[in-house]
Amino acid sequence: MNIRVVLPGHLRNLAGVGHEVDVDVVGAPTLESVLDAIETSFPVLRGTIRDQATQRRRSFVRYFACNQDLSHDPPDTPLPDAVIDGREPFLVVGAMAGG
Amino acid sequence: MSGVRVLVGTRKGAFVLTSDGKRKDWTVNGPFFAGWEIYHLKGSPADPNRIYVSQSTGWHGQLIQRSDDGGKTFAPVGNDFRYATVPGTHQWYDGTPHPWEFARVWHLEPSLTDPDTVYAGVEDAALFRSVDGGQSWQELPGLREHGSGPHWQPGAGGMCLHTIIQDPSNPDRMFIAISAAGAFRTDDGGKTWQPINRGLKSQGIPDEEAEVGHCVHHVAMHPQRPQTLFMQKHWDVMRSDDAGDNWHEVSGNLPTDFGFVIDVHAHEPETLYVLPIKSDMEHFVPDGKLRVFRSRSGGNEWEPLSKGLPQEHVYVNVLRDAMSVDSLDECGIYFGTSGGQVYCSPDGGDNWLPIVRDLPAVLSVEVQTLS
Repeated sequence: MNIRVVLPGHLRNLAGVGHEVDVDVVGAPTLESVLDAIETSFPVLRGTIRDQATQRRRSFVRYFACNQDLSHDPPDTPLPDAVIDGREPFLVVGAMAGG
Repeated sequence: MSGVRVLVGTRKGAFVLTSDGKRKDWTVNGPFFAGWEIYHLKGSPADPNRIYVSQSTGWHGQLIQRSDDGGKTFAPVGNDFRYATVPGTHQWYDGTPHPWEFARVWHLEPSLTDPDTVYAGVEDAALFRSVDGGQSWQELPGLREHGSGPHWQPGAGGMCLHTIIQDPSNPDRMFIAISAAGAFRTDDGGKTWQPINRGLKSQGIPDEEAEVGHCVHHVAMHPQRPQTLFMQKHWDVMRSDDAGDNWHEVSGNLPTDFGFVIDVHAHEPETLYVLPIKSDMEHFVPDGKLRVFRSRSGGNEWEPLSKGLPQEHVYVNVLRDAMSVDSLDECGIYFGTSGGQVYCSPDGGDNWLPIVRDLPAVLSVEVQTLS
């Protein structure tokens, strides 16, 4: 299943991609599986969204979709229907922090 | 024709500055990795085209980049830094136990002989090694597992392993330094380590002469004198002539003995350079004057070097990895400031010229001497 993903600027530069990418999610479309798919498609992003050892979200990264903050939801949380059917993208966002 | 390549890490990217042997006219390339903190980048002594880069941000963590063409292009390599064994705890600022957590790579030290082997000093303090050009990293856990580890504590910038020195005469011997644990030495290729802090005195810890706990800022060695080490501690400039077993102070007539950088002339093992900073509370040069101090006697007697450097209204800092020397016949000295200036002296410190004036805050300066 293809999921639309929007990455923050630094990660777009690292992955060499534009504003939005499609990733192929294997299995049920959840927070964890879409992050797995991002890292499979773009191995250079391993460690930049989640810690490689703990798989915990990095503190200054947020996950948004359909105007909702999914950052604190459990990894097995299903993605919203509008993301699954392609009407909305899944957003990986660099949190507003620092100057 | 001979020349130099100056590798500059800044708060917002990396820059590569090149010149011929005269070191008068410069080409400035960059920023590379714009917007990322580049704590350190350094070239391989065995292959000057091989350069390793530590790239990080608070948002997206740590990456390592590698160049195989002398800094023209870079590509990411491995960034999985996992402690080899259960990390345990060290002291937090308030004295309570705190879990060991990887934060970033402070320093990359390529092998003296193998371009694919490189060491990484990280925060929270540990030493990693890659033998495949940075693709994968393995911790040398004997250091972190030293019995004193639970008593190590972070300096203001974090508990970082920031200095790695290889002994060119003995491949099994290496020196490292940690803020704020102190200096350590291995004589068996990194399996076991011993603290080498005898003679250091630090007023900021309960036992001023404790075996560990000292805030060592930087250590330097001349490759022809691997028994002799020079140290800029939080306060005090120190010297050891027995590979760190014993230290004595050589601050002498410095206007202040607080500072971060220390380096040794490429051809004169008794000629040292430091850049005094006013104090631990005021991280800028004293008296509003940017001055390098040179000792030609291995310490104690110091002379200010200021020709070409601004001498009024200067309030910049120079961080621990932000000074380097080249090895051309007339040794060049380089340093970068928190104000984004990179200065070069092509004549051992007598005269200085700015290479660039307005980079982001400089975190590190390394020089490659090119034949």
